[in-house]
Amino acid sequence: MTSVAIALNQVDKVYNNGTVALQGVDLTIRRGEFVSLVGPSGCGKSTVLRLIAGLGTASAGHLDWGLAAENRSLAFVFQDAALMPWATVVDNVHLPLKLKGQSLRTSRSRIQEALNLVNLQGFERSFPRQLSGGMKMRVSIARALVTNPNLLLMDEPFGALDEMTRSRLNSDLLHLWESYHWTVVFVTHNIYEAVYLSNRVVVMAAHPGRVVADVPIEAPHPRNEAFRTSSLFNEYCRDILQHLSAGETAASVSDSAVPI
Amino acid sequence: MILKEPQIPASAPQNATVGSKIHRRAGWWAPLTKSEVIAPLIVGLCMVLLWEGLVRLFQVPPYLLPGPFLVLQTLFQEWPELFPSLLVTLKITVVAFLAATLSGLFIAVLFTQSKWIERSFFPYAVILQTTPIVAIAPLIIIWFGNNTFAALVVCAWIVAFFPIVSNTTLGLNSADHNLQNLFHLYGASRWQMLWHLRLPSAMPYFLGGLRISGGLALIGAVVAEFVAGRGGARSGLAYQILMSSYNLQIPRMFAALLMITALGVLIFVGLTILSDRLLGQWHESAIKREN
Repeated sequence: MTSVAIALNQVDKVYNNGTVALQGVDLTIRRGEFVSLVGPSGCGKSTVLRLIAGLGTASAGHLDWGLAAENRSLAFVFQDAALMPWATVVDNVHLPLKLKGQSLRTSRSRIQEALNLVNLQGFERSFPRQLSGGMKMRVSIARALVTNPNLLLMDEPFGALDEMTRSRLNSDLLHLWESYHWTVVFVTHNIYEAVYLSNRVVVMAAHPGRVVADVPIEAPHPRNEAFRTSSLFNEYCRDILQHLSAGETAASVSDSAVPI
Repeated sequence: MILKEPQIPASAPQNATVGSKIHRRAGWWAPLTKSEVIAPLIVGLCMVLLWEGLVRLFQVPPYLLPGPFLVLQTLFQEWPELFPSLLVTLKITVVAFLAATLSGLFIAVLFTQSKWIERSFFPYAVILQTTPIVAIAPLIIIWFGNNTFAALVVCAWIVAFFPIVSNTTLGLNSADHNLQNLFHLYGASRWQMLWHLRLPSAMPYFLGGLRISGGLALIGAVVAEFVAGRGGARSGLAYQILMSSYNLQIPRMFAALLMITALGVLIFVGLTILSDRLLGQWHESAIKREN
């Protein structure tokens, strides 16, 4: 068993307006694992990501890190590319290094490396508005990779893209993961995407947000297009779909609070 | 290579910028041939001709309404006296505008550093803005005693600085939320957040504020000069207008008015060019669309 990257223990998150976003969430992410969180909207999957990123604090429970704070390096990819429109591709990718005080000259090679990983050679001097949605997302991923993070958090990164671009970026991401074995927490509402990419799919349910199933995807790597059409793939998808609908019925029963 | 996205040829965007640079180098007169320059010019020319024609047709006496050619003639005749006045007004306007820009930017940055500062002081910025300058200008001129120039600058500044404050404050607060989160995640300091995120985000708003304030600074200067009237030791364009109207030199009054208008247009055009230059590559407002 590999070492733990981060573990959530009995984490609750209640917002100021009383909304219970998470209740008693236990989740362990091991190093080198690709974990997807799937669930309906409002199940708190993005909240989990934000808590890990330190963009909010848990109301109860605690987060245990495998690494000391000074050795951690996180990266976040949002659903929209969140690029700075006034900066070129290079300057956008440079941002995390710049904030750590590294000049463009010293980080030039790392930026180029990150851009090569996402196939954006030749677009260094372009501005975000000159790029398509898929290419903007590639820039966003390059920006996340440039710090060589030991935990990569992705919040529905391909949710706003068309199906073709999405599956292309999925394959790219999978190939990158297969060669570098980053630790990735990937939030999505797309079951197929989750099964295709992950070692584990964590199924969540809403009202209150909680984990209802943890499904290991034991298909071997490297995976390819054939895996997407295999019966094993379909079985996993069906399994997760069942967990999802089970979670939903449980929620609606508890919501109605009337004996049936 | 992992995968081939249907990529636009890598050279495409570069070519586009090279192309636009060539277009820009076509000559300084090139922008003058554009329809947004030619169309208003034609309208203006028609109006001037109509004005001249009507004045001649009905034989309107020049002390009621001088024809445009008489105004132009007067402008050339009186140039040696009017031009120094233009420079006086221009100087007041420019100093007040620069002061408004710097103080507006500074106050806006201060506002966004703390909600409490903004809540406490914003109402007073509004009060300053809604105070009629004509009413308080005499007081300000008295307060400054001998230094009429400073008094006039202060009056013009009061009129000009609010759009910069309110626009820039709005801009500084409208930085993309995810980018703000990203900056937090990477441990950005308050200063880095301001310098690398908030200020660039506020740029289009700030430049919009500048364009409004440029004209307002001129109006403020002229209004203050009017109030200062003969009390002012310096003779700006407003003073010339005032004097001309006392002496019934109406064509001269129109000539001075024409100069103020031209100055206002020049200020606006200058700030528009500045704005387009600064936003050229990235902001929607400065990008030409081909549909």
